[in-house]
Amino acid sequence: MLAKNGRTGARGAEDVRAVAARDTDAVPAPDDAALLKMLYYMKLTRSLEFRIEKRLYRQGKIVGGVYVGRGQEAISVGAAMHIRRGGGETFDDIVSPSHRDMAVFLMQGVPPERILAQYMGRATGLTRGKDGNMHMGDLRHRLVAFISHLGDSIPVAAGCALTFRQHGTDQVSFCFFGEGATSRGDWHEGVNFAAVQRLPVVFVCNNNQYAYSTHVTRQMRVKCVSDRASGYGIPGESTDGNDVFAVYAAVGRAAARARRGEGPSLLEFVTFRMTGHSAHDDAGYVPKAQFEEWERKDPIPRFQEALLRRRLVDGAALREMESRIEAELDEAVAWAEKQPFPDPQECLSDVYHDG
Amino acid sequence: MALTTYVEAIRQGIWEEMERDDRVFVLGEDVGVYGGAFKVTEGMLDRFGEMRVIDTPISESAIVGAAIGAALMGMRPIAEMQFIDFISCAFDQITNFAAKNRYRWGAGVPIVIRGPSGGGVHGGPFHSQNPEMYFVHTPGLKVVAPATAYDAKGLIKAAIRDEDPVIYLEHKYLYRRIKEELPKEDYTVPIGRAAVRREGRDLAILTYGAMLYQALEAADVLAREAGLQTEVVDLRSLLPLDKDAILSAAKKTGKVLVVHEDTRTGGIAGEIAAIINEEVFEYLDGPVLRVTAPDTPVPYSPPLEEFFLPNKQKILEAARRLAAY
Amino acid sequence: MSAVHKGQRRAPAKRRPAAGAQPPPLEPLRNPGLTREQLLVMHRRLRQNRMLEEKLSALYRQGKIVGGLYSSLGQEAISVGSAYALAPGDLLAPMIRNIGSLLVRGVPPLSLFLQFLARRDAPTGGKDGTLHFDDLGRSIIGPISVLGTLIPVMTGAALAARNRGEDRVALTYIGEGGTSTGDFHEGLNLAAVLNLPLVLVVENNGYAYSTPAHRQFAVASLAARGPAYGVASESVDGTDVLAVYGATRRAAERGRSGGGPTLLECRAFRRRGHAEHDDMWYVPKEIVAAWEKRDPIDRFETFLVDEGHATRKDLRSVEAALADELEEAAQAALASPYPAPEETLKDVYAGNE
Repeated sequence: MLAKNGRTGARGAEDVRAVAARDTDAVPAPDDAALLKMLYYMKLTRSLEFRIEKRLYRQGKIVGGVYVGRGQEAISVGAAMHIRRGGGETFDDIVSPSHRDMAVFLMQGVPPERILAQYMGRATGLTRGKDGNMHMGDLRHRLVAFISHLGDSIPVAAGCALTFRQHGTDQVSFCFFGEGATSRGDWHEGVNFAAVQRLPVVFVCNNNQYAYSTHVTRQMRVKCVSDRASGYGIPGESTDGNDVFAVYAAVGRAAARARRGEGPSLLEFVTFRMTGHSAHDDAGYVPKAQFEEWERKDPIPRFQEALLRRRLVDGAALREMESRIEAELDEAVAWAEKQPFPDPQECLSDVYHDG
Repeated sequence: MALTTYVEAIRQGIWEEMERDDRVFVLGEDVGVYGGAFKVTEGMLDRFGEMRVIDTPISESAIVGAAIGAALMGMRPIAEMQFIDFISCAFDQITNFAAKNRYRWGAGVPIVIRGPSGGGVHGGPFHSQNPEMYFVHTPGLKVVAPATAYDAKGLIKAAIRDEDPVIYLEHKYLYRRIKEELPKEDYTVPIGRAAVRREGRDLAILTYGAMLYQALEAADVLAREAGLQTEVVDLRSLLPLDKDAILSAAKKTGKVLVVHEDTRTGGIAGEIAAIINEEVFEYLDGPVLRVTAPDTPVPYSPPLEEFFLPNKQKILEAARRLAAY
Repeated sequence: MSAVHKGQRRAPAKRRPAAGAQPPPLEPLRNPGLTREQLLVMHRRLRQNRMLEEKLSALYRQGKIVGGLYSSLGQEAISVGSAYALAPGDLLAPMIRNIGSLLVRGVPPLSLFLQFLARRDAPTGGKDGTLHFDDLGRSIIGPISVLGTLIPVMTGAALAARNRGEDRVALTYIGEGGTSTGDFHEGLNLAAVLNLPLVLVVENNGYAYSTPAHRQFAVASLAARGPAYGVASESVDGTDVLAVYGATRRAAERGRSGGGPTLLECRAFRRRGHAEHDDMWYVPKEIVAAWEKRDPIDRFETFLVDEGHATRKDLRSVEAALADELEEAAQAALASPYPAPEETLKDVYAGNE
């Protein structure tokens, strides 16, 4: 199906240019432990989202909408590997994920059961029932909660980075958003501010080619989101978002640049939204052939094959990982389903600091 | 003794808080090198440096958004809107991000968004607005509007120290017209508390901002010409409102007139009248009246702006009507 | 405690001189095919722009102007050159420093004086000041004070024109400071995606109030933003009225032939403060001096004389005629009435006259 203005539809991975970054320092390749960690989180995310979208939602157990990032896991996972943790307030990075970045929450230490409780509107969800689905945050996990107004998180992420610069640390602010959000004024103001102030931000754009039913060619006229970078005087790169090695390398380089004080980067990862906008959307506007094409590029089997070829895992290890994940999630779902709803009076709590 | 103007009081308040607390910093357009369009931040760049006095691009949304991000990282930013009229450009960040953050995920946003509001300076529709009610209508925010130099300093300090987002509305008409002697010691003015500026039993005028002075002049006239003693209450804080002060004035006098420069429909006078009606109706000897600007944009030409703005004359007409009940 | 606490004001310390923009390399003016008559019309509008603003400035010093006054001194070639390159039916939306574009469109000086004097017979009837008025009969849409807002508005106007089958280009202006706004981004992106004939003239005059360009963005030229939106862009010397004219023609033709928007950066310098009250002490004097040598009107007059299109005497008599015209208009405006107070309540809604 051609977009109405005659331009062709979604790009395949072949069309993506992997623009080389300006710095020559390569980021060390992930070691075995890192590779296994990435595989685990990609699979955990896939399964958790499956449970939410295909089971719990259909059973009527989810409150409100469901937004998953199926097919886009390599972006969240490959990027989140570079989020520095464990050193405290002046060491740890900060991250502003979007609704397709379930893996970021998991990798920052939010257990699946809390996410399930969140989706089910329970008192023990991250927002205690005050907000739903992926609008989660917790500063102890260094997660800034985004809001539905996409693009608003960009200046906020820049502001976090501003403080890192004010304190003279080498902390980085990671900011995730879709290609649609880049059309927003707040996105522009935030990126420009980060650029002119040379702030340590890594802007991670998940270009999954659809913003609800709006194809990327109706969202912007540039071919790549990374083309926007030259308007701000910052480096821009476009990478295959279904290749977790490539994501890992690109984000690693951008984070290193930021830590060296060289300012922000705009990284575009091209992928495909393998679902509707949300669980209730059947994405009838997407040509079936495109789903089929991108199914063949699923980042998880692709990564597994690479690890099998390296003999880092074998079939048995994969099956073991899968059953471990399913067991974990069985427990998490059972726990979450037993969680109480919040007390109605909680509606009035926490509007202000003193209640 | 040295008298301090209203604008200088704001400047001192910010300066002292920046000395006292390293986390406090200022960002906005022309606030650094230029010292601010109204000189509120004059001298601060030299004293506190570029990391704490930041000249930004023309990006109100990013100014507030960045303030939110910095606040999440433990800082205490003061975001300036060069004219408060431009706060509309940051509406989303303020009402949807800052205001709801604590409620949704427990992370407070201790930011101050400040700027010059109000008319009477031939500013026209975009340099004279009183946007308070968009924010009074948003739970999670606080909104203050000082009318005296003492309060200007005390409230900016309170706002900076507050754990929640505060919209601090300075009235540009008062900047250099109001001066008083200020204490040397550190002090704050509590948010959520009104101040009785003049005592009386016959009727009460509740007001804020530049209208305080019009109300006080009207009270003088009423005393001279009719022997009426007017209680004048300076609200100072619009969210939270000092309900006790409002009810107390209503009970004491039985006759309440609310005066604000903001436009009529949806202005805070309606809210105050509703509160009085709900809680102390039995004490009233007459309806709650209001003197406000009409429901139009702020016009530019002097006769139009004069027609638009409440003033002593209009307050007197309403007060006399109320007194006659 | 610091000196400030004791109520003493410290004298402003020496500022780091801003890296203020130097003028671009000097190129001679080249006629893009205009007749002598057309060149002389442009000259007249340039002089009219300059002299009208001088008159406004004089009135300001006499305390007669209501509100603020914003000058386009040094930038007149941008307003006049660009507006002159449009067809009469093309949509034009001036910003605060584009009085010259209104003059090119035929807005009478009297209307402008009335606006600044807040009189009843001004286009807004005294409701708003400066250039904040529309004149749809002349295809003019007026600005508000919030920068950037005209860009989405003009995108929409161009869209409507196209939907109605009208061949109309939409041109508006934005300062380099205004390009930092969200509305700039959303408007230009939308115009790009819809492939509309928008000509966006970016007046890079070096300063947004006290904020120099290098604090506004991190690119050397705003023409870099064109490809970042997928649109054509150019950067020209804004003190060369013929270069501005030529570039605007190209942009308008591109729009008309379905080539979409153009971002046209015109480089000049704001030779007066942000507004009349601002003496721009923060701008290094050498920068101002460098740009004063590039006065757009002097350059154009020299061109006219050198090319034999006019003598210096001709040019002076144009000035003299303009002086009389402008004085007459100013006096008429000064003598005209203020609006009646009740006019405040009119025209909030339709049917509310």
